[in-house]
Amino acid sequence: MEKEKDDVLALGGKKFHSRFILGSGKYSLELIRAAVEEAGAEILTLALRRANTQAKENILDFIPETATLLPNTSGARTAEEALRIARMARELGCGDFIKVEVVRDTKYLLPDNAETVRATELLVREGFTVLPYMYPDLNTARDLVDAGAAAVMPLAAPIGSNRGLCTKEFLQILLDEIRVPVIVDAGIGKPSEAAAVMEMGAAAVMANTAIATAGDIRRMARAFRLAIEAGREAYLAGTGRVQQLASASSPLTDFLAG
Amino acid sequence: METNPLQYEADMQVLPQGVMEEVLRRRETFQPESYTRSDVKRALCRANRTPEDFAALLSPAAGDSLEEMAQAAKSETRRHFGNAVQIFTPLYIANYCENYCIYCGFNCHNKIKRARLNDEEIDEEMKAIRREGLEEILILTGESRKMSDVKYIGEAVKKARKYFKMVGLEIYPLNVDEYAYLHACGADSVTVFQETYDLQRYEKLHLAGHKRVFPYRICAQERALMGGMRGVGFAALLGLSDFRRDAFATGMHAYLLQRKYPQAEISFSCPRLRPILHNDKINPKDVHEPQLLQIILAYRLFMPFASITISTREREEFRNHVIGFAATKISAGSKTGIGEHSHAVSHAGDDQFEIADTRGFDAVYAEIKAQGLQPVTNDSVFV
Repeated sequence: MEKEKDDVLALGGKKFHSRFILGSGKYSLELIRAAVEEAGAEILTLALRRANTQAKENILDFIPETATLLPNTSGARTAEEALRIARMARELGCGDFIKVEVVRDTKYLLPDNAETVRATELLVREGFTVLPYMYPDLNTARDLVDAGAAAVMPLAAPIGSNRGLCTKEFLQILLDEIRVPVIVDAGIGKPSEAAAVMEMGAAAVMANTAIATAGDIRRMARAFRLAIEAGREAYLAGTGRVQQLASASSPLTDFLAG
Repeated sequence: METNPLQYEADMQVLPQGVMEEVLRRRETFQPESYTRSDVKRALCRANRTPEDFAALLSPAAGDSLEEMAQAAKSETRRHFGNAVQIFTPLYIANYCENYCIYCGFNCHNKIKRARLNDEEIDEEMKAIRREGLEEILILTGESRKMSDVKYIGEAVKKARKYFKMVGLEIYPLNVDEYAYLHACGADSVTVFQETYDLQRYEKLHLAGHKRVFPYRICAQERALMGGMRGVGFAALLGLSDFRRDAFATGMHAYLLQRKYPQAEISFSCPRLRPILHNDKINPKDVHEPQLLQIILAYRLFMPFASITISTREREEFRNHVIGFAATKISAGSKTGIGEHSHAVSHAGDDQFEIADTRGFDAVYAEIKAQGLQPVTNDSVFV
C-alpha cells in the first residue's frame, strides 16, 4: 500500500493518485458523476465550448467538485484561437490546466503538431499548465517539452475511433525518450489496450468514447480503472523481458578465461 | 426575357468552378438503378465510405436495408457526437424577395404580406427567443439585396451576438468580402440551399432574380469559407427533381469542399417541398418518409462527422425518432413568418412554408431528455 501512495502523477504542482483521465463530452450529464466515481478519476476533461453556456443544465454543474478540470481548446484551428479559448476557460473558473487541441481537419480530427507547439509556447507564457494533444512524433514531443509542456498527450488512434493502439511503436519511442509524463489519449477502445499502454510506461490514459458508448457506462468505467491500475502495477513490477532471439545452445563467449 | 442561368451578373464574384464541375459530372454519371444489394452490403461494412458507397446507399437497392442503415448510422452518430443533440431556432427578419422561384412562398410574385423588422423589433424577437433558453440562432431573410442589404444583416448579427453564443446565416449568396464582414460581425456559419443540382430543372424553377445564376449559388459555401466562416450547410430541396441524384450531388458538394477546405465544419439539411400560401398543392412528390430517411442515413454514413439538421417541415414523431440515430440538430419554436416570436411587431409578414412540428423549446428539450439523450444549446465558440 505504501508504494501505491508514493506512486503519484505530478502535474502542474498537483499530485494525482488516479492515472485515468476521463472525457466528459459524450455523456448525458447525469451520468458524468457516476462515470467519474466508478473510474476513480481525479482529472476530467471538458470542451470549453460545451461549458460556454447559460443553459439550465451546464456541464460544469455535473462535475464533482473534487475533480481537477482539464478544459480543452476544441474548436481552435490556430495557436491564437487556442490561446483565446484558454483565456475564456480561465475566466469561466476552470483553473489553469489546459489541454491544447488544435485541429484543422473536421474529418479525422488529427492534431496539427506545428500549431500545437506554437500554442504551447503562447500558453506557457501566460502561466497555464499545458497538456498538448499531439500526433506521436518524437521531434514534436521534444519541441513541446522545450516549450514548457507539463505532459504530452499523444494519440493512440483517431479520436473517437475505438481502434486501439494504432500508433504503438511510436508511442513506445515517446515513452522511451520523453521525460515529462506521456498521457496516451484518443482511440483507446478497450480496457486491455489501456492496460497495454500502462505496461509500456504511459503515465496515464485518457478515454471518453470507449466508456460513453459502452452498454453499461458504470461498469466500463470500472473496467478501465482496474485495467489502468493493473497496467501500472505491471510496469512498476517490471514486466518479464520478451526475448527477441532464442538462447543460444552453443554460446559464443564461453572461451573467456578469468 | 429569360437570362442564361450560367451567366454571372456584373457584381458577382467568380471563383474557379472545379468543385461545381465535378459535382455536376458525378451527378450526371450516377446511375441509381445500377447498384445491387451486394453493393449496399459492402458499403455498410466499410469503415471509411467512398462516394461509390454513398451512391449505393442512395440507390433503390438500399431501400430494403433501412433498418441496417439505421443501426450503422446510430453507432456512427454516437461515436462522433456522443449523446448530444443540439437545439437552435431560426429567426426570419425579412421576407422581401427579388427571386421568382415558383415553389417558394416568399417568391416575388406571391401576394403575401411583406415585412422587414427594424432594429428594435429584431431586439424584441431575439430577447423573446433567448428567454426561452436558446443559445444558437439562425438568421434568415428573403433574398432581396435592396430590402435586406448586407449592412442590415450585419447589424442583426451584431445584435444576435449579444444574446446568443452561435449565430448562423441563411441568406442570399454573397461575395467573399461580404461574408468576411458578416463573420467579423459575429456570424460563424452559412447555409445555402442549392434547391436542385439539376441545371435544366433549376432553370425552369428559378425564373428571375439573382438566384437564377446557378454557379454563383453553388460556389456560395466556398466563398463563405474563404470569408472565414467556420461552418457551411448544404441542402437540396427534395421533390424538385430526381431526389436520389440531388441527394448524391449534395453529399458530393460537401465532400469535395471539405477535401479542399479540411477545416470546414459541414452540415446537411434535408428539406422536402411543403405547401405554401396560395398553393396548397405543393408536395414532396415521390419523397415519402422512407426515402427521406434513406437520404438522411446515407448522409450520416458517408460523412459521419457532419451535423444533420432535421427540419420542422417533418412531423413530430419522425423528428423524435431520427434524433435517436442520425440527426444531430433540431430546431425548436420555429416560425417561418416575420415577427412571430414576440408580440412587439404589429406588421408581421407571412410564412415561407407551412411547418409540421410546432413544439417550443421546452417540449423539444424534454423529448430529447426523455430519450436518454443530452440536449445541448451551445457547442461552439466564436474565436
